[in-house]
Amino acid sequence: MDTVSENQSAQADALAQQGDDIPLKVKLKRAERMKQFKAMALIAPLFLFTLCVFAIPIGLMLWRSIDNPEVVDYMPDTAIELENWSGEGLPGATLTNVFAKDLAAVYKMKKVSSVGKRLNYDVSGMRSLISRTARKFNRHLPENATIDDFIKADSRWEDQRYWKALKRASGSLTPFYLLTAFDKQINDQDQIVDVPENQAIYVNIFWRTMWIAGVVTLATVLIAFPIAYLLANASSKVSNLLMFCVLLPFWTSLLVRTSAWVVLLQKNGVINSSLEALGLINEPITLLFARPAVYIGFLHLLLPFVILPLFSVMKSISPAYMRAAVSLGAHPAVAFVRVYLPQTLPGIGAGGILAFILAIGYYITPALIGGPQDQMLSYFIAHHANSSLNWGLASALGLVLLAATLVLFTIYNRLTGASGVKMG
Amino acid sequence: MQLQPYATIGQKVWHYTFLTIAGAGLLFLILPILIVIPLSFNSTSFLSYPLSGFSFQWYEEVFHSEVWVRAIKNSMFIGSVSAFCATALGTLAAMGLTHADFRGKGAVNALLVSPMIVPIVISALGLYFFFAEIGLNATYIGLILAHTALGAPFVVITVTATLQGFDRNLMRASASLGANPLTTFFKVVLPLILPGVVSGALFAFATSFDEVVVVLFTAGPEQRTLPRQMFDGIKENITPAIMAAATLLIAFALVLLTVLEYLRRRSEKLNTPV
Repeated sequence: MDTVSENQSAQADALAQQGDDIPLKVKLKRAERMKQFKAMALIAPLFLFTLCVFAIPIGLMLWRSIDNPEVVDYMPDTAIELENWSGEGLPGATLTNVFAKDLAAVYKMKKVSSVGKRLNYDVSGMRSLISRTARKFNRHLPENATIDDFIKADSRWEDQRYWKALKRASGSLTPFYLLTAFDKQINDQDQIVDVPENQAIYVNIFWRTMWIAGVVTLATVLIAFPIAYLLANASSKVSNLLMFCVLLPFWTSLLVRTSAWVVLLQKNGVINSSLEALGLINEPITLLFARPAVYIGFLHLLLPFVILPLFSVMKSISPAYMRAAVSLGAHPAVAFVRVYLPQTLPGIGAGGILAFILAIGYYITPALIGGPQDQMLSYFIAHHANSSLNWGLASALGLVLLAATLVLFTIYNRLTGASGVKMG
Repeated sequence: MQLQPYATIGQKVWHYTFLTIAGAGLLFLILPILIVIPLSFNSTSFLSYPLSGFSFQWYEEVFHSEVWVRAIKNSMFIGSVSAFCATALGTLAAMGLTHADFRGKGAVNALLVSPMIVPIVISALGLYFFFAEIGLNATYIGLILAHTALGAPFVVITVTATLQGFDRNLMRASASLGANPLTTFFKVVLPLILPGVVSGALFAFATSFDEVVVVLFTAGPEQRTLPRQMFDGIKENITPAIMAAATLLIAFALVLLTVLEYLRRRSEKLNTPV
């Protein structure tokens, strides 16, 4: 113990003496480095926390969109033989032999359903084919099983497309889910082609998501503009009062606001019963679970997000510019378009993109007030994660949504970084 | 916003049209929220006007029902613990970020605020798979970890903003008078940036308190929160009890808004040079 501390103090002395010889510049650099090191140590806890509890889970989730463990993990020998198979005609005896053995083994491991489910995503009907064949081979495994044994177990094995689907699923990685997210598939000739029209839904849903977000963003900006203008130019007493109308909804729970719209729009809801009482309609009109309800709900959610940055931009615009333009003979409308409007563009851009980013990611509101035709990407991600349990596809759709969000956010960051637009 | 006395008729028309549009927009924002409140005091279960009488029965239903009470308790518990963790982690990181200037700071910053940007369904899905691997689905710890991650960026942003106006000479003065960094932080820095820290904590609490998608994906019946309970209610059958819960949440938003406004003004006053 003593020797250690003596050692340390000797070292410290040496360092101190050394320190006197060191030029000031070097010492300064050292102090600076120490400061940076301390700063990093302060950031480290949250950095590591966010990395472990947020970034890594999302990374692992995205990995699932190309991960293809079922065949490789449960039938490793078959996977190797499938790689070696040319894919021409029906497979030879080596492949059929290991495949039969693997199927029987998988049946004993009780993993048939998981392999069958994976293959069924590609060719429907394969789940039953796999489980039936596996059950038969489990009961009686033919010595050196050939293609004929398979056809005897189930005549569908005669059809080459089942074998091709098996080969496609044999790699440890697959483009299958990502292709599905873009309504593409690999056909039996190994080409990437469009999926049949009745199965093509995801591109449609992507554009629907973009369309709904776009319409809502446009409406939000158009309505937010006069409100922000009023707030920025009214006297501070009036402005504070009106600001309350923006901030209270902003801070009120999303669920509360959605429930308010349900109560307003439902069949016997506030709007229908008021219209009926006024004699304007005879029977309730359908407002809920339709596109307009989604637009209205989104508009209500997003308005504060656009009003606040616009307000902060407008607050900083001096009224002198407009006066100058008008005094120089510009018509007020011209002055507005050529002088005022350009100065608000950073606010419009930042608020608009923020609204768009939020809109493409919303899940709760469309799920509660929209109909089946109004559901967006988020809904299908949740559906495949919780109901259909197609996790690969859920992750692939998640990747699409995340990529769209990140692209938009980069643009948003450029806009706000340059102009310093802030909320509130 | 005043109309000039010499305004032409066209300008007058434009002025009043503009006021009408802006006014209608503001009503659109506030009315749906105001409409909920009276419905929660209605004496019948019809969710429409005119009201048939005044009653507290729906509040009684909320406060006497085991599910609602547990939901409120869960929300409070998860919200406050995760807000506390997010505030501690976020404040430290904000202090580091304002002092540091290292390579890759942009990337670090991007990672720290990413939970705010990534669509919530994606975060929820990632956490669901991750928690399934490590056995944290349907646990309080899992939800608290998730909500801490979601709330921390708000703390980082508000505290960083407050620190912009903080005079670092005060820290040097404190150090030169012999205070160690910890004393300096608690006696000098924290009291000055407290408005920012408290706003950040409230933001983090509100984030957790309002969050439902991660709860939908990862929580079990034990961890049902208030928004989760409301989600089920709205989805199945919307009752006046939900209106009562909604009114309570509006009251909560009102308190939150008032406190934040007070803090904002206070920190503005503190940051204005004398």
